[in-house]
Amino acid sequence: MSVKRYEHGSRVPGWYEPADPAKDPALVPDLAETEMPAGLREEIERHMALYPDSRSAALPALEAAQRVHGWCSPEAIEQVAAVMGVTPAYLAAVATFYDMLETEPVGRHSVYVCTNISCSLRGADALYEAVREAAGEDPDFNVRSFECLGACDIAPMASVNGVFVGPLDVGDVPQLLEDVRAGRPVLAAKQLSRRKVADPNANSREFPVHGIETASSSDVSGGGPA
Amino acid sequence: MTEALLFKDIDEPGLSTLEVYSRRGGYESLRKALASTPEEVLAQLEASGLRGRGGAGFAMGKKVSFLPKGSIDKYLVCNADESEPGTFKDRELMQKSPHMLIEGIVIASYAAGASRSFIYIRGEYVHQADVLDGALAEAREAGYVGEDILGSGHSLSLVVHRGAGAYICGEETGLLDSLEGKRGNPRLKPPFPANQGLYQGPTLINNVETLATVPTIIRIGGEGYAELGTQTSKGTKLVSVSGHVQRPGNYEIELGIPSREIIYGLAGGPPEGREVKCWFPGGSSSPVLKAEDLDLPYDFDSMAKAGSMLGSGAIIVVDDSTPILNVALKVAKFYRHESCGKCTPCREGTNWTVKMLERIDAGTATPMDIEIMASVQEHIIGNCLCVLGDAMAMPIGSLIAKFREEFETHIEQARARNGLGAGAPEPALAAGGVG
Repeated sequence: MSVKRYEHGSRVPGWYEPADPAKDPALVPDLAETEMPAGLREEIERHMALYPDSRSAALPALEAAQRVHGWCSPEAIEQVAAVMGVTPAYLAAVATFYDMLETEPVGRHSVYVCTNISCSLRGADALYEAVREAAGEDPDFNVRSFECLGACDIAPMASVNGVFVGPLDVGDVPQLLEDVRAGRPVLAAKQLSRRKVADPNANSREFPVHGIETASSSDVSGGGPA
Repeated sequence: MTEALLFKDIDEPGLSTLEVYSRRGGYESLRKALASTPEEVLAQLEASGLRGRGGAGFAMGKKVSFLPKGSIDKYLVCNADESEPGTFKDRELMQKSPHMLIEGIVIASYAAGASRSFIYIRGEYVHQADVLDGALAEAREAGYVGEDILGSGHSLSLVVHRGAGAYICGEETGLLDSLEGKRGNPRLKPPFPANQGLYQGPTLINNVETLATVPTIIRIGGEGYAELGTQTSKGTKLVSVSGHVQRPGNYEIELGIPSREIIYGLAGGPPEGREVKCWFPGGSSSPVLKAEDLDLPYDFDSMAKAGSMLGSGAIIVVDDSTPILNVALKVAKFYRHESCGKCTPCREGTNWTVKMLERIDAGTATPMDIEIMASVQEHIIGNCLCVLGDAMAMPIGSLIAKFREEFETHIEQARARNGLGAGAPEPALAAGGVG
């Protein structure tokens, strides 16, 4: 993936513009004056109440705002900042750190194709190219190559709006996009949640049990009600 | 192995619900633990010899004992940010047996005296986090989590916290910063989390699999658990096998069985007609081993003795159809992407390693670049706040050391394609490098 460049080859937009030392830093936005989408404030406050320090809610709050706005827009960050009582700069610093928080407008359907080592050994790079090509310029899709998604047992795989599907091959791509467009469960037969564990020793009732229950020396003193 | 412990009835329909889990003996261990003192529970954990399953392999009982005593606020954090490439065992546990993890957390918090706990789960695990949330609601309803659990006087709050996509948040101090709502930058150690962790309070951090093993230890007893495995690697371990094998997936093994039995016996080995070229024994951060190492016992010490590590128990198999440069490039690019940028050796080292590997691929490298690349790896190791840089330097260093000839051939052939000649500015130097 090529890195986006700005003035003089920098990766940071606007670095070349001189800073105005007389300008005041952005303050914590006033909650009363900030326009809030319905329910967002309540959801963020619910998260804040879960932690001893309400700042811990930064990630769930940004995620909630992203769900409403589609990305962590300046407006979204302003709203979260107003509810949490922190500066927008603080939240912008957090949002730029994490892969799943979008700092630019993206399509509303995310397709993360894992291209890390286990998936790429099984053809993930070709799969990613095929998905990109098939999605083309469709503004509804946010197709990204992603680092290991933790589903190497179904490699190569993709996370489609958070649903893990695999093993995929290039031939599955049209159906995948079609399912998303139609609002159907994506590739229902290939969803990870339906997969059984690979271990032949699991789930077996007749598997011999010995040396376990007889370990009398290891009984926790006091014992249980059973 | 005698009996599946963590994977017992893992595919039982509805195991993720409290009803089925209880019917299969769930939360009996919690009752048993709460009927004894925290010290007795801790003694069982120490007797079990259980070593952390997240990667470092530190003795879990000892970690609990490091927490200061007394009635200060203590925290327990479950590290469910499973992001090490090749690892997917915690996902299986959380998705299919979430109550086992919750039960383990409550027991461990009782032993450690922690009153607040968090499960930090990676944001990509949407389904698994939903399952955990559902199971947690049931456990709360049944009185297994909350105030005065089962009348024991022990109280525990538990929150499922979702991350947002950052490998570094699996590093324990990076995780704590992220959980505090900051960028996930690792902290300087010491102070260690046991003394100053979450919100500056004493904090116990354990991997999902480690905590999920706790109910089993209470059920069969610490000494009963210690009968499984080897002298220094006790118990069973979930192993995620992926890459070029016929049956990729999670397997529960008794520590110390031959690696060949896992890769060939359980996972079916590479596809017909192919051979194992190299394998990562513990995720992409572990130095690679070759086919001749397949008969090593799979346990913490044997892997360390072979110059690698057991890590998270993620075996990635690469067969002989794969150019080694592709493997190195994939690994290096991952760590470049995930470096948080705080420490220079890691930030620059991962970046330049990728550039040098790309130069080799493009056919503009000289054999000297291999030397430079190897020395870059040496300068990363041990020089950063956390081990993310090391996690690239170790596998890349081992790939260079074990497949040097292939790198050299690649350089030569790519240069020849570009019409750049043999590529050795001083043939003597290149020859010396080979020796």
